Amino acid sequence: MATRVPRIAPSEITPPEVYFSRRALLAGALAAGVSTLARGAGSPPAGAAPLEYTANPRYSVSEAPNRYEEITTYNNFYEFGTDKEDPSENARNFQPRPWSVTIDGEAETRGTFTLEDLLKGQPLEERVYRFRCVEAWSLVVPWVGFPLSSLLARFKPTSRAKYVEFTTLYDPHRMPGQRSSVLAWPYVEGLRMDEAMHPLTLMVVGLYGRVLPNQDGAPLRLIVPWKYGFKGIKSIVRIRFSATQPHTTWSLAAPNEYGFYANVNPAVDHPRWSQATERRIGAPFLAARRPTLLFNGYADEVASLYQGMDLRRYF
Amino acid sequence: MNVTQRYRYLYKPLVFVAGLAPLAWLTCGAFGLFGVSLGADPVKEIEHECGKTALNFLLLTLAVTPAKSLLGLPQLLRLRRMLGLFAFFYVVVHFSVYLILDLELNWSTLGADIAKRPYITIGFTALLLLIPLAATSTNGMMRRLGRRWTQLHRLVYVIAILGVWHFYWQVKRDVREPLIYAGILALLLLYRVVRARSAARAAASARAHLTAAPGSATAPERT
Repeated sequence: MATRVPRIAPSEITPPEVYFSRRALLAGALAAGVSTLARGAGSPPAGAAPLEYTANPRYSVSEAPNRYEEITTYNNFYEFGTDKEDPSENARNFQPRPWSVTIDGEAETRGTFTLEDLLKGQPLEERVYRFRCVEAWSLVVPWVGFPLSSLLARFKPTSRAKYVEFTTLYDPHRMPGQRSSVLAWPYVEGLRMDEAMHPLTLMVVGLYGRVLPNQDGAPLRLIVPWKYGFKGIKSIVRIRFSATQPHTTWSLAAPNEYGFYANVNPAVDHPRWSQATERRIGAPFLAARRPTLLFNGYADEVASLYQGMDLRRYF
Repeated sequence: MNVTQRYRYLYKPLVFVAGLAPLAWLTCGAFGLFGVSLGADPVKEIEHECGKTALNFLLLTLAVTPAKSLLGLPQLLRLRRMLGLFAFFYVVVHFSVYLILDLELNWSTLGADIAKRPYITIGFTALLLLIPLAATSTNGMMRRLGRRWTQLHRLVYVIAILGVWHFYWQVKRDVREPLIYAGILALLLLYRVVRARSAARAAASARAHLTAAPGSATAPERT
């Protein structure tokens, strides 16, 4: 069943002064411990199908999530155009179902599985994660999904599987951005096996309690909250277990600017801009810039994965 | 109305209002007036639009000279100062938005950006170079500086190159738009190179003609 996200008319968008005051109010409410009010910060359109899930407070930050409109109109998804607003417009008629994913490489169980099959027996949970783009802006997003580890375990990766490689759908008819050669299609991303199996690494199928909108990577995307956003590959059609490090799209496009690891790190600048601070989308004028946290604030959970590694070299 | 009056009372006010239109649109967007929306990140939108508007005015300024000779409209020159000053104005707004709304007056980041980020270094250089041009844009300064005014204002070629380069360098991957700017700038500069060459050739042949004339006049007498 397809999800169509209706185009939001400019007149329906809350004027900044109204939502800024609302956010201030929410910040106050949060401080008072009324965290459930945060849901009021933006609601998905009624057309999006609701999902069954449970909230996972252990893996959720207490910061107020961004509005639904912000998360769904400010997207880097070059398959649907290179401007931030392009995906919300160009992905409107994309049909993310039926969908299937091919599993291959160093695993005992390989083959092509339907999305329904992959989701079977995976209880969905909501996690409110920080999202830090390599372009030095950030969001807080209530994703709905399940740990990648519980999906990968199903295919019994062999001892030779050291990496996992993910591939996005390649179909220039359905993804008009792929008609331009701005990147080498299809988009490929990858993780080291231990990163893939980390409990924070999430397979996402929903947003704000509803089915994931097309522009955010429907029907199935990756979220690795301690890495820059481009690691979170969207609309996945292939998962391959590999003995060697995958050649990822951005690291091929500009090897000196985007590494394989892409861990959020305020001390390692992008060659062309600083990563020390970030601007939170939707925050009030003059109060949006904040210091970037090592591993995007998830250092306690993930720093041990990189012990002894030179993070400047393996950026 | 004669030409002077038409420019003073009609064309110049029209260009002035048109020049303020981008600022008015961005202001409406920033405050959510008249249903104008700048998207999820209004700061970046204002910053980038001001930068692009500044480049637009810079290219328009550079287009005046070719346009007036190609269209046979020497009076277009009367609009050039206003176009140039609008370029300066939007560069200043662009920089102010970057400093105040984007960096939130974090002066140490500003210093580090200018020193360490090549695209910001060249953008900032372009801004600094524009200041003397704006300051000497009055009739009084033109009179006072005479020929040196023309020499000084040739800086605009350097500024335009730096400005387009600044745009090209800050784009993450999709460089199509900055390349369009670069192409237009290249044409505008090429026009001047071709003109200067043909002028130099004309001058050289005129000189040759002048020096050859007495010779050819005297030569037959000697034979």
